[in-house]
Amino acid sequence: MGLEDLLKTVKERFKDKDEKAETARGGKPEIPGDLLFKCPRCRTAAYMEEFEKNRKICVNCNYHSRLTWRERLDMTADKDSFKEFDSGMVSLNPIGFPDYEKKISALSESRGINEAVVTGECTVSGYRAAVGIMDSGFMMASMGSVVGEKITRLFEYATERKMPVIVFAASGGARMQEGIISLMQMAKTSGAIARHNEAGQLYITVLTDPTTGGVTASFASLGDVIIAEPKALIGFAGRRVIQDTIKQQLPDDFQSAEFLLENGFVDMIADRHKMRKILSRLLKIHNYQKEGE
Amino acid sequence: MKTAPEPAASAYGRLELIRNKKRPTVNDYIPMIFRSFTELHGDRHYGDDPAIIAGVAMFSGIPVTVIAQVKGRDVNENKRSNFAMPHPEGYRKALRLAKQAEKFRRPVICLIDTPGAFCGIEAEKRGQGEAIAKNLMEFMTLRTPIVSVVLGEGGSGGALALAVCDELMLLENALYSVISPRGFASILWKDPARETEAAELMKITAEDLLGFGVCERIIPESAGGAHNDPQLTAKNISDCLYESIQRHIKTDVGVLLKNRYEKFRKIGMFSFVQK
Repeated sequence: MGLEDLLKTVKERFKDKDEKAETARGGKPEIPGDLLFKCPRCRTAAYMEEFEKNRKICVNCNYHSRLTWRERLDMTADKDSFKEFDSGMVSLNPIGFPDYEKKISALSESRGINEAVVTGECTVSGYRAAVGIMDSGFMMASMGSVVGEKITRLFEYATERKMPVIVFAASGGARMQEGIISLMQMAKTSGAIARHNEAGQLYITVLTDPTTGGVTASFASLGDVIIAEPKALIGFAGRRVIQDTIKQQLPDDFQSAEFLLENGFVDMIADRHKMRKILSRLLKIHNYQKEGE
Repeated sequence: MKTAPEPAASAYGRLELIRNKKRPTVNDYIPMIFRSFTELHGDRHYGDDPAIIAGVAMFSGIPVTVIAQVKGRDVNENKRSNFAMPHPEGYRKALRLAKQAEKFRRPVICLIDTPGAFCGIEAEKRGQGEAIAKNLMEFMTLRTPIVSVVLGEGGSGGALALAVCDELMLLENALYSVISPRGFASILWKDPARETEAAELMKITAEDLLGFGVCERIIPESAGGAHNDPQLTAKNISDCLYESIQRHIKTDVGVLLKNRYEKFRKIGMFSFVQK
């Protein structure tokens, strides 16, 4: 398809675009999400097909774009090895926030998951691990009761069985709609990690775009090894909040994976194509045994 | 112990009360509650954060470690203590002294009063998220009793970093929340002016938190608020702290840690659906 043809198709699509489908995909209205990917970092456009073939990495600037939990799992786990935990767990409405249940169930419908994290166990190149994958498509993967409980159970499961834990973090922070209960999940998850830590087990966190707020200030920052994906936004406070506080513009690379590496808060920045290899190498070095060996 | 006679104020009313310039701060309370308070400075990595004052002291005949967030009583004090918004080095100083308390088997008393951890370039550079996370994890397994009191504002992760404890108490008018009501209204309704409405909806008063199992005890203030009689309020805090510390130092450390874990472990509201 030539560029002109493509533009024509884009225009056509734009005319009769189904708004609901757009929202569900989280795409920007200017460009139909299924034809073009426009990189939010460098603004370069790429054919969606090529972008997806490249594991959703921008070919121009290497920004590692957001993945659904399923895409992440397929890139990480050995085929058919995944067993999900607590898939039916859903949040209640602790502070009685208007229409909270409705919002949750509408999202469950459209995203096909009940909450912002999927947990379970699988093998990664033969090494058995407990894994948690956050999906920013679900309320920006904010942490409420369910995220807190699932992460806690994951660590308790792994502690009991002397297993490593790998968490792919992504989050907008605490789930405001659950009030103080969401704040408490930070302490709860950190407590479960403390026990896993005392049991001498390995915890690897992979910080993906975006990892912020209460998740950064709890389980995402507590890995023995912390890996970040290129150009991921990682920080505690929101950019706008900081700008409002200090009344100055912030540099572009502020709170990027690269900024964290420079300041000593991540161990490495890893390419998505090499992630499995890095994970399995770390599992091996920490004396976990490959299954069937 | 005296209880306040008038009915409890609304959440927003309490917010105004705790932002009252005359409300006593840790600079008022520390000399009234502790003897021989000796301030210890610095996180041994980067610097000393005046937003958190910490040190060792005697409390009713027992050596304790005190870690407290410093609201200023005037503009100068506030400038110095950054309006009680700590930087990472403040939380790291707190952790250093908590570990020291563990070594010498002293109970830790945390006095919380903060709008939140500071949001700024330097705070991010020095790992605000990591500093808070580390405290949550380390306080959970600290082998000595920890008792925390929210004196005024308990602002989000910045408060929680000193609130992983065996017993959490709130002064009667203190609030403890995931975000300020203004922030809540701004994020969820894109309208910070709906602050009052947010304050009521968020369930952030001492009674609400007691109901959620987030705090264990409410400490009465003098009638009309702590500023009307700081001495009486300080005595009430002392009495509650004394009872709590006495109970916790008699508890076996293993049991203490198990109970501390369980206290947080059970917080969360969820159910299951068939997939």
